Amino acid sequence: MGETASKLRVPAVEGWFTIDDNPALVGNRCTSCGTVFFPKASNFCRNPDCSGDAFEDTELSRSGRIWSFTDAQYQPPPPYIPHTDPYVPFALAAVELEAEQMVVLGQIADGFGVADLSVGAKVDLVIETLYSDDEKEYVVYRWKPAAAEVSS
Amino acid sequence: MSADVVVAGVGMHPWGKWGRNFVEYGVAAARVALADAGVAWRDVQLVSGADTMRNGYPGYVSGATFAQALGWTGARVASSYAACASGATALEVARAEILAGRCEVALVVGADTTPKGFLAPNAGDRPDDPDWLRFRLLGATNPTYFALYARRRMALYGATEEDFALVRAKNGRHGLDNPNARYRKAFTVEEILDSAMVADPLRLLEICATSDGGAAVVLTSADWAAKHGVAKPVAVRAVSTVTPAFPQTVIEMPNFSTDSGVAVPDAVMPFKSAIAHAAYEEAGIGPEDLSLAEVYDLSSALELDWYEDIGLCKAGEAERLLHDGDTTIGGRIPVNPSGGLACFGEAVPAQALAQVCEVVWQLRGQAGARQVEGATAGITANQGLFGHGSSVLLAI
Repeated sequence: MGETASKLRVPAVEGWFTIDDNPALVGNRCTSCGTVFFPKASNFCRNPDCSGDAFEDTELSRSGRIWSFTDAQYQPPPPYIPHTDPYVPFALAAVELEAEQMVVLGQIADGFGVADLSVGAKVDLVIETLYSDDEKEYVVYRWKPAAAEVSS
Repeated sequence: MSADVVVAGVGMHPWGKWGRNFVEYGVAAARVALADAGVAWRDVQLVSGADTMRNGYPGYVSGATFAQALGWTGARVASSYAACASGATALEVARAEILAGRCEVALVVGADTTPKGFLAPNAGDRPDDPDWLRFRLLGATNPTYFALYARRRMALYGATEEDFALVRAKNGRHGLDNPNARYRKAFTVEEILDSAMVADPLRLLEICATSDGGAAVVLTSADWAAKHGVAKPVAVRAVSTVTPAFPQTVIEMPNFSTDSGVAVPDAVMPFKSAIAHAAYEEAGIGPEDLSLAEVYDLSSALELDWYEDIGLCKAGEAERLLHDGDTTIGGRIPVNPSGGLACFGEAVPAQALAQVCEVVWQLRGQAGARQVEGATAGITANQGLFGHGSSVLLAI
């Protein structure tokens, strides 16, 4: 792949997640009604009964349970940027976060496919490379099957 | 009140991958619809266009584009965009104008020319547009979301890949002789299950393609139709254009997440159920009174969800309805007698109008080999990206 360890790791989108050792999605919470948003809400709370317009950032649960899952057998069209040539299919899961009472869609970690997934199974948040160019690796949040976390 | 507007005429340009300008399909469909209604173009007082986003500026102002192509007459104009629900929204604009007494004859037109392959977002970097971001960050195509619903159905209700293939096989048989359908071929369950996996558990033959096509509907007041001797007018008993209720707890295209339910209890009714419910409420007609339904089978599996969402059966019973043959022509409540999106592919702004065309033909007894005998009432249902509900209830 020609990648070197010195490539700068930068988030593929600014402000959606942390990329330290204990990564987390970063959403925000309406200071009036407590509703959580991911991606972050801005300016106005979307709860129809709340006129809140102030938010505080909040890190979301790092684990959740699979609400449903699928994969992408064919390379998605741009602006998706494939990380490999030839294209390698990847899986996706919609994951229920209990504390936030919301479902967050994400890709599944490299090396796992639909055969490794089931509705209700636990997954953990990880940060992995989405695509790269000559100078940088652009990273994104992904869901990794929790059982595999132990064995790997 | 709602029976005061009738469909006087319908028309379509056949679906396909013709590669010509969308205006051509729209005008062709409009002329068929006007002839069907016995209405002269000069008698149309309002043109209501369903917009296309993939054909440049003329597509954003489709009402005027079609009006100019048909020849300026000074008629009033409206152009609506609501993704897959655009046709229903354009129909509702026309209906509202008639109900308000501002006009008596309106022409509603939608047409599209589509590129090959997955529907991709419009070009250009737009890192604040979720529809752009879901492709960039997740590679989440439209079939991704359809597949999530399908897999969820398997987990909740024990649906199988064979069930999904059975839906596709049924629709293939329904659309076999539909002259406006793009795909007129019957597939066996085995052939469907042999087609390439696209987004597990959905296969190539189970995911709707994108198509070129055009559809048009002539609406008039019931009085105008009676006065001018319109043959077999079909009453528009309801048009539902509702939005979801917060918190929306089902992940919807193109979103990254659902609403959070921490501050507000779950909505009483999921969005897709609310779409049909609003139509039933307005019409005073319930699912038990229906003769047929045209629902948005973006995937084979999604059709099963719709059975429950439009109240044909309780949650978890759709597979039984399918296996019992209830939703096949000749059954209790045929669904997608046109062949549905499986046989048409989606021509976005025309599709909700095409659903209306099919129900009108069925209610008039003009559906040929796919006729649902004795049809008296039919519903259409679909859902536009970002939360545009769309359902039309028609009756004779």
